[in-house]
Amino acid sequence: MAEVSLNNIIKRYGEVIAVRGINLNVADKEFVVLVGPSGCGKTTTLRMIAGLEEISEGEISIGGEVVNDVPPKDRDIAMVFQNYALYPHMTVAANMSFGLKLRRFPKAEIKARVERAAQILDITDLLERRPKQLSGGQRQRVAMGRAIVRNPKVFLFDEPLSNLDAKLRVQMRTEIKRVHQKVKTTTIYVTHDQIEAMTLADRVVVMNDGRIEQVGTPHELYHSPRTRFVAGFIGSPAMNFLPCKVERNGAGLVLNLAENLSFPMPADLSARYGKAVGKPMIFGLRPEHITEPRGGAPGEKSEFTANLDVVEPMGMETMVFFRIEGTEVCGRVEPTSAGGPGQPMRLRANLNHMHLIDPATNLAL
Amino acid sequence: MVEATQSAYAPALTSVIPWRRGRIARVLRRRSTIAFFMCLPLLTVIGGLVVYPALYAINLATLNKAMTKHIGFDNFAFLFTRETFWMVVSQSAIFALTAVFFKALIGLITAHLVNNLPAKGQRKWRGMLLVPWVMPLSLSTLGWWWMFDPTYSAFNWLLALFGIGKVAWLSDPYWARFSVILDNVWYGAPFFLIMYLAALRSVPTDLYEAASIDGANAWQKFVHITLPMMQSIISITVLFSLIVTFANFDIIWVMTQGGPRDMTHIFATWAFKLGIQSGDIPLGASVSLFMFPILGISAIFILRGVAKRSREMQ
Repeated sequence: MAEVSLNNIIKRYGEVIAVRGINLNVADKEFVVLVGPSGCGKTTTLRMIAGLEEISEGEISIGGEVVNDVPPKDRDIAMVFQNYALYPHMTVAANMSFGLKLRRFPKAEIKARVERAAQILDITDLLERRPKQLSGGQRQRVAMGRAIVRNPKVFLFDEPLSNLDAKLRVQMRTEIKRVHQKVKTTTIYVTHDQIEAMTLADRVVVMNDGRIEQVGTPHELYHSPRTRFVAGFIGSPAMNFLPCKVERNGAGLVLNLAENLSFPMPADLSARYGKAVGKPMIFGLRPEHITEPRGGAPGEKSEFTANLDVVEPMGMETMVFFRIEGTEVCGRVEPTSAGGPGQPMRLRANLNHMHLIDPATNLAL
Repeated sequence: MVEATQSAYAPALTSVIPWRRGRIARVLRRRSTIAFFMCLPLLTVIGGLVVYPALYAINLATLNKAMTKHIGFDNFAFLFTRETFWMVVSQSAIFALTAVFFKALIGLITAHLVNNLPAKGQRKWRGMLLVPWVMPLSLSTLGWWWMFDPTYSAFNWLLALFGIGKVAWLSDPYWARFSVILDNVWYGAPFFLIMYLAALRSVPTDLYEAASIDGANAWQKFVHITLPMMQSIISITVLFSLIVTFANFDIIWVMTQGGPRDMTHIFATWAFKLGIQSGDIPLGASVSLFMFPILGISAIFILRGVAKRSREMQ
């Protein structure tokens, strides 16, 4: 059990800079997910923590000890790889006990640990099989078993679910969470799937272009994203972005989205967004805050009529797509109230949940 | 399957070409018939160059010296009573087993070395290390013979530099055995190098990464990952090389012609000496046939192991 800290980590491959200065502290027993689009440096960061990549600059410490020059085998970490990396010539039991055998654990202890891990993961029946005879989900469990038996300071997961089909992925996601709740080891998990990140993490680290965009709990990232990238990356379907102007109207502010489409801003937000007046801004609103008119706030003043382009029924809700000044906008409405494509529909924007982003800095106000 | 395919398009064909209605025409149109005719050139070549000579050799081995009548296995019975024959058997085994062992060992070591070279220089080294294998064997063996020559020996000159006396490389029977094996290893190791290099590259890198996280050092990775992953290719190359080395002729013939005192003879050279030089073709044929069952049986065992492993792993 240990905390992990990354101190201004930089990774260069010749001219290319993959990681541009990462600072991160992972607390003991914490589950931290690094998420970002491919090529953002998240896997490279994980591999540097594992010791599989050299660190160009900066310091990594595990449990208070700087490990920059410590080889992977002496870092007391375990890693689950994207394609499992099980040893094909060994049985499941041998795969799981390999690390313990190399460390010269007594036989009885190895056996006990393997059995316990197999129980946690429900793979007791598979111990004598070889990886070839296992399904994707079973291989995934074995890979996790190999990590668990070692009882290491830190678990590292490198996109462990990306090779599984959609249904199994959801199942294994829950499984990973359950295992973490049971064994409570510090975990660093890499994924490009923001839903995985949101569901698993105590804290999520959103990375883009070799930098950290924002670190926070899933709730923080979703409701108060600090940058345009985070706002757009977290949440599915993604947040709507529209160019807008903010104008003063007496005591309050008015949000101007198009020539004939402007809404008065809620009073508490008017104070916060005062400095945006007169500058070009980007307005952000999540699809679930564009709905059919419902009772309660924010009232009729933020209603408008849209001509629907596409209607996607999802079962418990329906996505409606329409355009404002040429930009596609998505809303989520009750299935019963959705119109058909090509038809006008009355919609309401809940501006209490709006975000304003300065296009010059891409930072949220 | 053949029947079904035929009935699917046969009516159409017969209506277009009405004169092809006979039984023979129908047989000719079958897919299996066409496949047979397509394979016929290859079958002819194999039949003419492999099956016929093999059967002919067996036939020869059962004839008497004058080749006038069949005498069954008398040639073999005669061979078993000869001391030279047993010496050839043991020398063949010593020659092939030692040479293959060192070829495989050196191939494995050099493959690792080349594999760890930076990609830029690797092609150059690979090319150079392949030279012994691509050179015509009898030509390169002449070079070795020259280096072992009693008067002009380059090796003896080198030894003299260190104050060590002359070695009779090819006239002392045991040194001669050593010399022919050395030449064979030099010639055959590059084959192993190439095969092992390809095998090394096919081991997924993440297995090594997983092993280093599991706590393996370089030697443990080699023993627990590299070797098991290469086991099939090692078995096949060893089998292949055993067959070729048992059947070697050029090296022995150019360097020692089986001497001194017949002690470097192996099956092929002794069969040649008996059959062609001494004119007892049936006896020569018997000698050359002798290793066939040994290699056949070992091939079956090795290939069965390979098949079992690949079933388990892939």
